Amino acid sequence: MKLRTRRFIGSSAIVSPPLLWTLVFLFTPYLILFTYSFYLTKFPMFVPAFQFGNYVLIFTDPQYFQVLLRTVKIASIVSVSALLLAYPLTYFLVFKVQRPGLRAALYMAVIVPLWVSYLLRAYTWKTILGSEGVLNSFLVWSGILSEPTDIFLYNQFSMVLTLTYIYVPFMVMPLYTALEKIPRSVVEASKDLGVGPLRTFFKITLPLSMPGVIAGTTFTFCLTFGDFVAAFLVGGPNGFMIANIVQAQFGTALNWPLGAALSIVMLMIVLTVISLADRLERAGRLDLA
Amino acid sequence: MVALAQMDRVSLIAPRLRERAGDNLLWLIAAGTMAFLYLPILVLIVFSFNDNRVTTLPLRGFTLRWYQAVLDNADIQAAIVNSLYVATAATAITVVLGTTAAFALDRVDFPGKTAFRRLIFLPIALPGLVTGIAMLNLFRLMGLNLSLETVILGHATALTVIVVTQVFARLQRFNRRLEEASGDLGARPWQTFLFVTFPNIRSAVIGSALLSFTLSFDEIPVTFFLTGRDNTLPMYIYSTLRRGITPEINAVGTIIVVLSLGIIALSIYLLHNSQKED
Repeated sequence: MKLRTRRFIGSSAIVSPPLLWTLVFLFTPYLILFTYSFYLTKFPMFVPAFQFGNYVLIFTDPQYFQVLLRTVKIASIVSVSALLLAYPLTYFLVFKVQRPGLRAALYMAVIVPLWVSYLLRAYTWKTILGSEGVLNSFLVWSGILSEPTDIFLYNQFSMVLTLTYIYVPFMVMPLYTALEKIPRSVVEASKDLGVGPLRTFFKITLPLSMPGVIAGTTFTFCLTFGDFVAAFLVGGPNGFMIANIVQAQFGTALNWPLGAALSIVMLMIVLTVISLADRLERAGRLDLA
Repeated sequence: MVALAQMDRVSLIAPRLRERAGDNLLWLIAAGTMAFLYLPILVLIVFSFNDNRVTTLPLRGFTLRWYQAVLDNADIQAAIVNSLYVATAATAITVVLGTTAAFALDRVDFPGKTAFRRLIFLPIALPGLVTGIAMLNLFRLMGLNLSLETVILGHATALTVIVVTQVFARLQRFNRRLEEASGDLGARPWQTFLFVTFPNIRSAVIGSALLSFTLSFDEIPVTFFLTGRDNTLPMYIYSTLRRGITPEINAVGTIIVVLSLGIIALSIYLLHNSQKED
């Protein structure tokens, strides 16, 4: 066999399995979802059609639109809170922990919870915040409260707290990479020129770490935006997120076309956020050059 | 003169004092955040040994009865076996697909490569729920019954990207001259792969395999839509939480947390090492 033919066969053998898999199990499903989003619902069935009724409903019916807004709001608050907690921690790890071995160990300790059962980490907050939970019993036992309160759980506060808890490590990862890249000499030069630590931080360190800030915030936003487990565990009636509505359309509500349209809207929002972040990051890079 | 000298000293010391105060504040916030990250995990572990039906303070004494309850619970055990089956099979597929995809992206030019790369990276950014629902639609259309096998297909699709990113990053740093040298010295292509290429990506492959195993073991959003009558462990826990909290969940949770902490530490160590190898 000629070498070129053999090369071609070899390349095809490498390319085709993942390409075929991606076509069948990723591309086709998303395409079907997209098609369904234009279908008409005739309970309990749905019929093929091409109309925008499902999309119109999402943006006009407050039942859906309000939840969409609330999801954006919760995802934004979670992203900012996670950033405010993760940044000082990462800064401390990179600039204040001097021994490299200790720094690596602490960094690992921070990101390891990220991969530990998401469900269990969300669930422990239920046992902590509940009216028969750790926090309440502690407050009653220590005499601060005379009887348990139910203000901690099943509201937007418990949602934000739980989701922030879950995504802090996610924020630390890109921040760590970004802060580690900053040459120490630049920071020291600023100090040698008599610039105070705070101004050095705001003029040098923070701008140089922006790629990490943008990447971390974007991912936290997108992951929070699509979450339905936290709402199920600690959310309560006011904590319902868009993903819970989608979930219901494919379950009890049995309205697949509407569920598909909602999924497509979620997908579009997430992709828009990612591409915006990408542009922002590139613009920032040009600024520095 | 003395006053002036003193003022001078003060102006020198003040910024340093302020910096030290800043450092202490930073230390405090960092320690607080670490505590925030580990406190809930600690709560889970402590209450799995606490002799009380509800998770309240003060603690009532040490017990192993929740662990005994896990051992006696056939549903939990079936769920654990199901999860192990799903995670093992899904990991096997992700490793093969992910490694070949990484090689394809690294070495082969083919039409639609950019689109392929974007598509394969989608599941990491998109809500798992959308991936799950999209695949549910496909399976319904194909007339497949939902089962643990459909869950495996879902996990493999959602998690391949983990292997692709790690192995691809490793391949990008790999010096191709080594392969040419091996070929010039008379090695056959499969020998070159086995003795030259593979040892260089091995730790990345193993590390990402471990990572995708733990992620599959814990997966909910995709599993939720693709599972049939059989439950995986997270789905079992999810459904019991509907009925309220039981200390049994704390016990099984503690087992999962301890095991996954070990596996994850190992995989991060391997992935980190693979970055240092060059």
